[in-house]
Amino acid sequence: MKKYLYKLLFFALWMKPLAFILIGLNIVRVGTLPTEGPSVVIANHNSHLDALILMSLYPLHIINQVRPVAAADYFFKNKYLKWFASRCLDIVPIDRHNSKLNETFEICNTALNNGQILLLFPEGSRGNPEELGKIKKGLFYMLKDRADLTRLKIVPVFMYGLGKALPRGEALLVPFNVDVIIGKALVFPQTSKDFVHAIGQTFQDLQSYCLHKGVFQEK
Amino acid sequence: MRVESPLAYIGLAVLFVLILASVVTFIIKKQQGHSLATQGVELDQRIRSWWWMMILLFGCLFLGKLASITLFMFISYLALKEFFSTVPTQHVDRSVLFWAYLSIPLQYYWVYTAWYGMFLVFIPVYVFLLLPFRRVLTQKAEGFTQAMGIIHWGVMLSVFCLSHIAFLLQVDTHSTASSGSSLVLLLLLTTQFNDIAQYICGKTFGKHKIIPQISPNKTWEGFIGGVICTTILTSQLAPLLSPFSFSQSLILGLIISTMGFVGDVVMSAVKRDLGIKDYSQLIPGHGGILDRCDSLIYTAPLFFHYYAYLYY
Repeated sequence: MKKYLYKLLFFALWMKPLAFILIGLNIVRVGTLPTEGPSVVIANHNSHLDALILMSLYPLHIINQVRPVAAADYFFKNKYLKWFASRCLDIVPIDRHNSKLNETFEICNTALNNGQILLLFPEGSRGNPEELGKIKKGLFYMLKDRADLTRLKIVPVFMYGLGKALPRGEALLVPFNVDVIIGKALVFPQTSKDFVHAIGQTFQDLQSYCLHKGVFQEK
Repeated sequence: MRVESPLAYIGLAVLFVLILASVVTFIIKKQQGHSLATQGVELDQRIRSWWWMMILLFGCLFLGKLASITLFMFISYLALKEFFSTVPTQHVDRSVLFWAYLSIPLQYYWVYTAWYGMFLVFIPVYVFLLLPFRRVLTQKAEGFTQAMGIIHWGVMLSVFCLSHIAFLLQVDTHSTASSGSSLVLLLLLTTQFNDIAQYICGKTFGKHKIIPQISPNKTWEGFIGGVICTTILTSQLAPLLSPFSFSQSLILGLIISTMGFVGDVVMSAVKRDLGIKDYSQLIPGHGGILDRCDSLIYTAPLFFHYYAYLYY
């Protein structure tokens, strides 16, 4: 319990109030967020706030089970950021430049085997604000050999607005409301191509539920 | 802080109405096996939100001036955030939006210190003239005119207009029966009552549409019914809560009901233009702050200046 104290305090006293006051979430539930592991939540990536906002959707009593997968070379580059990333966020650190992909995948699979909920951004980097980047295949190869694929939940979440609030390369946070669309769990496909296509398609579909991009319905 | 007597008995009356509404929806739910729903929004969810809004409002009014002004400041902030999230903005506008947000604490500081002159001119003069300069400093001209039009309009609606509610708290009514907070209550109750009355009259008698291209649910029957009901209520309520005489109260009722309607359809036109249904999901069953406060944006400054013209 003590291990998660900083994480708990960070989300209870800082991140959850911030998500309400400075950001403001419009949550649309097409599906439901997985509340127990092993499961993977995949989301589009626009901002540093993405993982923080996704985690703040979780109730405090299970927040210790929710861990974002993040680049070790970025988050462990100095000791303050490292302390924050490992204590407050409890990231699953992966090495983007490691040529031995198996090692990287193993770290994530171990976390899943421990019944944890992983947050992953299949676009890789944050890219241009509010633009969908190319979906990467890594997640497919990471998961494909798992025995529990039929039980494992892969839930897509589409977010709109955080790229306006805190885009890449900006330090100033400007308040914006954010749409968070929680999709239905995906069925794991046969090939990596299908996987990439399914994720891209789901993000496109979820976009149409956005409050600020939606179609005005005539009553 | 002395608890003003009108605050207490209006609070009791609102409590009574809310209990009545909750009981009626509960009985309907029991009898029909499901709750009343209009346009997919459940009535009991709406009423539950009304409970929270009233608890927050009366709680802050009882706590005193500072708490109430802080509440209205926060409402202005949420409204402006909704507006900026809804309208099209560009990456270069971010710094301008940030400065626009900073106008909120300043405007409410003028309210808190009762600096009437500054309160009146700060946004229409200083913010209006200086905010475009911040955008000039970004060295990007494309979209300049559009961005400045949108941003300043948003600040006028959400900060300038809504802050008039808070300035009513600083008004000295020169009487023991009424006070600043009773003027705030009079404004809020009549405006929200007008929304509900127009809605119910429209649902019950509505036939002839007023502006189908903007707001297809608005009918002449709803509008006129609302004007009659609100004017009657205001003529009874205003003499209790304010220095207004009976005939002045009748005119006030007309101002609130017609201008509440105008505010409602103006904010609807924005939504229609941008292709959205609600500004946000902040208040369950109601939509966003701007969906709830659309008519208040118009009635607040008009109520204030009607009062100021006659008594200030």
